[in-house]
Amino acid sequence: MTLVEARSLSVDLGARRVLDRVSLALEPGRLTAVVGPNGAGKTSLLRALAGLLSPAGGEAVLNGAPVDRMRPAERARAIAYLPQGGGIAWPLPVAEVVALGRLPHGERPGALPEAGRQAVAAALAAVGLQGFENRPATALSGGERTRVLLARALATQAPVLLADEPVAALDPRHQLVVLGALKDRAREGATVAAILHDLTLAARFADTILLLRQGQIEALGPPEAVLTEARIAVSFGVRAEVLRQAGRPVVVALSPLSGT
Amino acid sequence: MPRPRSPLIPCLAVLIGALSLGSLLIGPAPITAPVAVKALVSDQGAASVVVREIRLPRTWLALMIGWIFGLSGAALQGLLRNPLADTAVFGAPQASAFGAVLVIYSGLVGTLSWALPVAAILGALLSIGLVVLVAGRGASVVVLVLAGLAVGSLAGAGTSLAISLSPNPFAVTEIVFWLLGSFEDRSATHVLLAAPFVLLASLLILQAASGLRALSLGEETALSLGVDVARLRGLIVAGAAIGTGASVAVAGSIGFVGLVAPHLVRPLTGYDPARTLVPAGLAGAALLLAGDCAARLIPSGTEVKVGVLTALLGVPFFLWVIARRKAELLETPA
Repeated sequence: MTLVEARSLSVDLGARRVLDRVSLALEPGRLTAVVGPNGAGKTSLLRALAGLLSPAGGEAVLNGAPVDRMRPAERARAIAYLPQGGGIAWPLPVAEVVALGRLPHGERPGALPEAGRQAVAAALAAVGLQGFENRPATALSGGERTRVLLARALATQAPVLLADEPVAALDPRHQLVVLGALKDRAREGATVAAILHDLTLAARFADTILLLRQGQIEALGPPEAVLTEARIAVSFGVRAEVLRQAGRPVVVALSPLSGT
Repeated sequence: MPRPRSPLIPCLAVLIGALSLGSLLIGPAPITAPVAVKALVSDQGAASVVVREIRLPRTWLALMIGWIFGLSGAALQGLLRNPLADTAVFGAPQASAFGAVLVIYSGLVGTLSWALPVAAILGALLSIGLVVLVAGRGASVVVLVLAGLAVGSLAGAGTSLAISLSPNPFAVTEIVFWLLGSFEDRSATHVLLAAPFVLLASLLILQAASGLRALSLGEETALSLGVDVARLRGLIVAGAAIGTGASVAVAGSIGFVGLVAPHLVRPLTGYDPARTLVPAGLAGAALLLAGDCAARLIPSGTEVKVGVLTALLGVPFFLWVIARRKAELLETPA
């Protein structure tokens, strides 16, 4: 059981407080969608939970231990992190990029043991990229590259997966493929959190929605409880209509509200 | 150490062996291959003096310096995820030369003192550290190159100032001698002066190999994969500066080997920055030794300086890389 917690977690970027005393727990087996307007502190929250930045106050905790004091390799095996819009610098073959996810296990691309090879193959299958192993990663389309990077994060087989806008550059079909892969990972028992901007997609796939606003938690709970018209108006400054489809909220943004 | 899958390293080793033999044969005194080999291992009178004391040191220097330039270039390109990175682009040779010039100018030490490589290393450290600092904050490649240009120009101006203000004609001659970049008239003492630094620089850079691989996906991902990016940056900057400084201290300003060598081997190593390091070092050694042989073969009154030759070939190559990758370079943060 891997439990990720924020305990009164605060993050400063320069002189600005971007996350202000946030406390929450992400539970294993659940996909949490982190939503909120630009500048709400979503990325800072994920980075702090991943141990990539030192909090200004409070702590990010993994199974009771502060993440920024874990040994880097141990932390990397426990938490896979997918940054926003990550690039690939060299025309490496897809399989080698995905195999980088095995580095925390001390496995080198090009010399993977059987377990590593299986993890890479499973990760490629999960994002629908079988047969792409030997293609240069830089010659792929933007959507394919995004999925390669997600496969890299999946290949670590970490019990925690934190993804920053994993579907931002994807067409509708591949948004469904990627969120399906994240959901599957959660169903396998992992603790998964993803920053999403599409509230309808968030409602459709997430077990829990975390709504951040101005560095604080505005709401945390099941999609139908969090995504109300009133809360969307306050948080996003948008007049929206929330419809229902198969019991899940479908958010239609109608117009920006004046004065926000 | 990562092992490449291709027979690239053995091929490069054979090439280096052939070039080394060639380097022992080329020069004003006609010496055949069998005589050269014999002169190397046993006393053959004048032939032994020529081979052991004149041609062997310059061969060693070309190999060592080419190796560390190729290695540093590949490491810096991996660190900044940018195929245009090189110590020469960062103005490091000029800054090293300025450091060395300050020492010579002060007149306190001779050109064979340990103070010379130390001053040259400090100069290189300052320039590479400065440019990596500027580029490391998400600056574009344009900023990277401009920062290098500025640092190089500043160091060049400092050197010019030292030359124009020098009251001592002997110091001026020595300064000009550093700036040209050559392996002519170098002795075993020069080899021994540079070797420990080149060894240290190689060890520092090779330690960074596996982290460079993760860095292909950016600093954020590398951090999340457990790589200590700050330590990696420190290792590479220190390694490149120590290697450049030591090289400039014994051979003067020689540029662009570190830019070209990684490009030559990268398609054969599968573009993995870790697997590129050793082949790039070997290719650098082969390139610079070939350059030094060419410098000796070009018919002219006095010998063409190898530093001039590498710049004449390296700068067009640099422009070619820019032209070929213009679109992506403009958008890639360094």
